[in-house]
Amino acid sequence: MGRYVIRRLLLAIPTVIAIGFVIFAILDLAPGDPTSNLPLNIPPETREQIRRALGLDQPFVIRWLKWMQLMFINEPLHMIESIFNICIGDCENRVRIVSWAGRAPALDIIWGRLPQTLWVLGTAFIIGILIAVPTGILSAYKQYSWFDNVGTFFSMVGFSVPTFFTGLVAIVIFAVNLRWFPSIYDTTHHVDWTDWNSILIQIKQMIMPVAVLSLFNAAALTRFTRASVLDNLNEDYVRTARSKGLGERPVVTVHVLRNSMIPVVTLIALQIPGIFAGAIITEQIFRINGLGALLITAIGQSDVPMVQTLTFIFAVLIVVFNLVADVTYGLLDPRIRYD
Amino acid sequence: MKRYTWLGLLAAFALVLAACGTGGTTTTAAPSTTAPDGETSTTGEGPTGEAGQGGNLQLLMWQAPSIVNGMLSNGTKDTMAASLVLEPLANFGPETEIIPALAEEVPTIENGGQAEDLMSVTWTLKEGLLWSDGTPVTAEDAVFTWEYCMNPDTGCTQSGAFQGVESVEAVDDRTIKINFTAPTAYPYLPFVGAVSPILQKAQMEECVGRADQCTEQNNYPIGTGPYKVSNFVFEDTVEYEVNENYRDFANGKPFFGTVTIKGGGDAEAAARSVLEIGEADYAWNLQVAPDILEPMIAAGNGQLFVGFAANVEHLNLNQTNPDSEPPSEWMDGNNPHPVFHNNPEFAKALSLAIDREELTRVGYGVAGKPTCNVWPSPPAVSTTHDWCLTQDIDQANAILDGLGYMDTNGDGTREHPEFGELIFDFNTSTNGVRQSFQQLIESYWGQIGIGARMRNTDASVYFGNEDGADNINRFVGDIQMYTFVPLPGGQSHFAQYTTAEITGAFNNYGGSNLVRYSNPEFDALFDQLSTTTDQDERNEIIKQLSDLVVGDGAVIPLVWRASASAFKNDIKGYGTLNGWDSELWNIADWYRE
Repeated sequence: MGRYVIRRLLLAIPTVIAIGFVIFAILDLAPGDPTSNLPLNIPPETREQIRRALGLDQPFVIRWLKWMQLMFINEPLHMIESIFNICIGDCENRVRIVSWAGRAPALDIIWGRLPQTLWVLGTAFIIGILIAVPTGILSAYKQYSWFDNVGTFFSMVGFSVPTFFTGLVAIVIFAVNLRWFPSIYDTTHHVDWTDWNSILIQIKQMIMPVAVLSLFNAAALTRFTRASVLDNLNEDYVRTARSKGLGERPVVTVHVLRNSMIPVVTLIALQIPGIFAGAIITEQIFRINGLGALLITAIGQSDVPMVQTLTFIFAVLIVVFNLVADVTYGLLDPRIRYD
Repeated sequence: MKRYTWLGLLAAFALVLAACGTGGTTTTAAPSTTAPDGETSTTGEGPTGEAGQGGNLQLLMWQAPSIVNGMLSNGTKDTMAASLVLEPLANFGPETEIIPALAEEVPTIENGGQAEDLMSVTWTLKEGLLWSDGTPVTAEDAVFTWEYCMNPDTGCTQSGAFQGVESVEAVDDRTIKINFTAPTAYPYLPFVGAVSPILQKAQMEECVGRADQCTEQNNYPIGTGPYKVSNFVFEDTVEYEVNENYRDFANGKPFFGTVTIKGGGDAEAAARSVLEIGEADYAWNLQVAPDILEPMIAAGNGQLFVGFAANVEHLNLNQTNPDSEPPSEWMDGNNPHPVFHNNPEFAKALSLAIDREELTRVGYGVAGKPTCNVWPSPPAVSTTHDWCLTQDIDQANAILDGLGYMDTNGDGTREHPEFGELIFDFNTSTNGVRQSFQQLIESYWGQIGIGARMRNTDASVYFGNEDGADNINRFVGDIQMYTFVPLPGGQSHFAQYTTAEITGAFNNYGGSNLVRYSNPEFDALFDQLSTTTDQDERNEIIKQLSDLVVGDGAVIPLVWRASASAFKNDIKGYGTLNGWDSELWNIADWYRE
C-alpha cells in the first residue's frame, strides 16, 4: 500500500504541472483586459501604464515560466516560512502571486476567505451526510414503505429545484416576512463559544444557507445510498447470514452496511474538494463571500492571477482527494489490493 | 483493521470541522474610543453631543471594495471606501461646486490663488491638520502623493487627474503650488474629489513603484478623514472606527462611532435589505428594474435617491470608414464614413426616430432622464436640440426622402448611392439594459427604413483595448453605444472631440476621440474653453461645444444617467446625493434620528 501511495504521488506531479499549464494557457488566451473595468474617464495612457505595471507586456513563455516559479517555488517557500516562522534566503523581497484588483498576495486573500466557506459548506456537507446515509439505509430496508416514499419525494425535490430558487424562497419567507434570520451573512462575526448569544447569532445567520445546501447535498447522496444498500440486501451472503440465525440488526449494520458504504464513501471523498471550491450561487444569494464568490468576482473583473491561483488549488485538491478515495476504497474492500 | 478504518474517516471529518472552528475567528480590533470632554456640535440642525455617539452605520455596496488606497482604486467602489479615510484638498459638491476639505479656501483669480497666466494654482492647507496617527499634515505629503502616482511602476489608476501637471511643490508647510505645462483655466482636478486624495508620505514612502508589496498600507491607509479602517476583508467587509484626530472631532463629528461596508450579492438583494427588510442603512448603486424596486419602496422602510453627474448613454456614429483597409483610420480626414461624415441631416433623422421617454422608462426609471446634449448638467445645458425629446417618425422619414435615400428595391430598407443598403453595424457591451435599447432602436429605425445589425461584446473586451477585438477604442463598425463618465469642469470631456485627440494606429490607439470627430470650429472653441476662467462664460462655451458635436451628427445622446442609492428613513444629514464625487463625501454629517 505504501509503495502504491508513493507511486501515485509521484505520478501526480506531472499531472499537476500539466493542469497548471492548461489553466495558465486558457486564461491567457481568453479575451479580456484588467483595465476594462476602470471608469471610462481614465485616459488611455494611464491604462497602458497600468498594463505595463502588471507585467502584461511580456511574452507568453516568460510569463508562464515566471508564474511556474511563483506557484511552485515562491509560494510553497512562503508557506513553509510562515508555518515555522523562519526565513529562507531573501524572504523579505520574495515575489508572490499578487491579485490585480487587491494588490495583495492571492493566497493570503484565499486564506482569509476560507473560514466562511468551510463554516457554511462544511456544515452543510456534514449535515447532508448525516441526513442522507440513515435515510438511504432505512429507505432501502423498508422499500416502498411510506418512509421510503416521503424520502424519495424530498430527495427528488432537493435534486431538481436549484439552490437559487430555494435560497430566494427561504429569504422571502424567513428574512422578509417573518424576520427570523438576517439575509446578510456577517463574515466578521467572531464566535465566542462561551457566550450563548454569540453562538446564536452564528446559528441564525448560517441556518438558511446551510439548510438550502444540505437539502441539495443530501438529495443525491440519499438516492445513492439507497440504491447501494438495495443491491446488497439481495445478495447471497445476506441470505446466508439470516439463515445462520443472525438478528436483523447485525445483518444490516455489519454485513450489508459495510459493503454498501464502499461506493458511498468514494462519492463523499470525491465531493470534499467541492467544499473548498465554494458554492458560487448560494454564496452570492446569502452574501457569504467565500471562495465561490471570490472566483466569480475575479472572473468578472479579469483578475487573472486570482483566477489562476483558485482554479489551480481546486485542481490540486481534486487530484489529492482522488488519491484519498482510491486509498479508502482499498482499506474498505479487502478484495482490492494495489501492490 | 476494520474499526480503525472508520476511525480514520471520522478523524478526517473531525479535522475538517476543526478547520471550520479555528478558521472562523478573524481578528477584529475594537478599542474603545475616548472622546474629549463636553464639546457640543455647533452646526445647523444636526445632533448635539460627542463624536462617535451614534453606534454603527451599516452600508451595503454589492460590488465590494478591493482596496482602500484611493490612488490604486479599481473603480467607484474602491474610491468610495477610501473616501472615508483619505481626503483631497477640496470635494466636488452635487452641483460641481468646489467645497474646501483640507484646503482653507478654493484658489481663484480673484483671491490670487490661481496665477494670472493660468500656469499655476496655489492651495493653502487648513491650520493644525493631523493625520490619524497624530502627525501633522504638510505640503510635502501632497508633493509625495504626486510623485507616488506618477511613478509608472506604482500602477496608480488616478494619474489622469495629474494630466498637464508639470510639478507639485511645497512652498512652505501649508502651501502647495501646482504648476501646469500649459495655461489651465480649470485647475480643479489635481487633489480635488475623492479620486485624487492626499496620501501620508511617512506611511507610503516605501511603496513608491512597488504598490503590490504594500498590502497593509493599501488596506489600512493613514488619512485625515472622519474614519480609519479597523478591519479590511478583501471584497467582503470594511470596518471603520472614528478618527479622533479628525478636524471636526471636537465639534461632535462624525456622529457614528463605527461604519461597516458589506459587499456581495447583487443590487436587488442590497435594495431589499434596506428598503424591504430595513437591516442596513444605505445601499449603493441600485441599478434595478423599476418594476422590482417599486414594491420594495412601498414597504416604507427607506427611500431611493438619485445623483446626477454628466453621464450620458449615447450613440457614436463613426466618422471614419470602417470598410477601408486598415479600417476606421483617420488618415488626416481622407477616410470619411460614406454616410455619417458631414451628414447632420441624416443623424437628425436617426435621432428623431428614437423615443427617449420609452428608453428611459424601460432602462433606468427614476435614475435617468432623456437628453439631447453631450453635457446635460445644469446650468450649462443647451436647448438647441431639444427637438429630439419628441419622437417624430414622419419628420424623420421626410428628412430621409429629402436626402434622396429611397427604398428602390422594395425590401423595406432605404439605399444610399454609395453605401448601398442602409444597414449599420451596431455594437455595444453585453448588458440587459443595452440589449433592450438595441431592440427598441432597431424597431424605431425599422419604421424609417434603416436597418441595424445588432451585436454585443462582453464588457471586459468591449471596454478593453485589445488588438483585433471589438472594443470602443478600435471602433471598427458603424455605431457604438456606451455611457461616458465626464470629469467635472468639462475640460477633459470636450477634449475627446478635438482633432488632436483622434485615436488610431498612428498613436497606438492612445487618443480619446473615439468617434473621430473633427471640426476646426470646435477645436478653436475648445481652445477658448481652456483659457476661460469665468464660470458663466465657460458654461456658454460648453453649451456651444455640445451643440456642435450633436449638430454635426457625430453623437446621438440618449439618456442622462444617474446613480441610485437607498437610504433608510432614520438616516439624515446626507443632503443631495452627490453624483460628481464619492456619495460618502459628507459622511461626517450623517446622523440617525
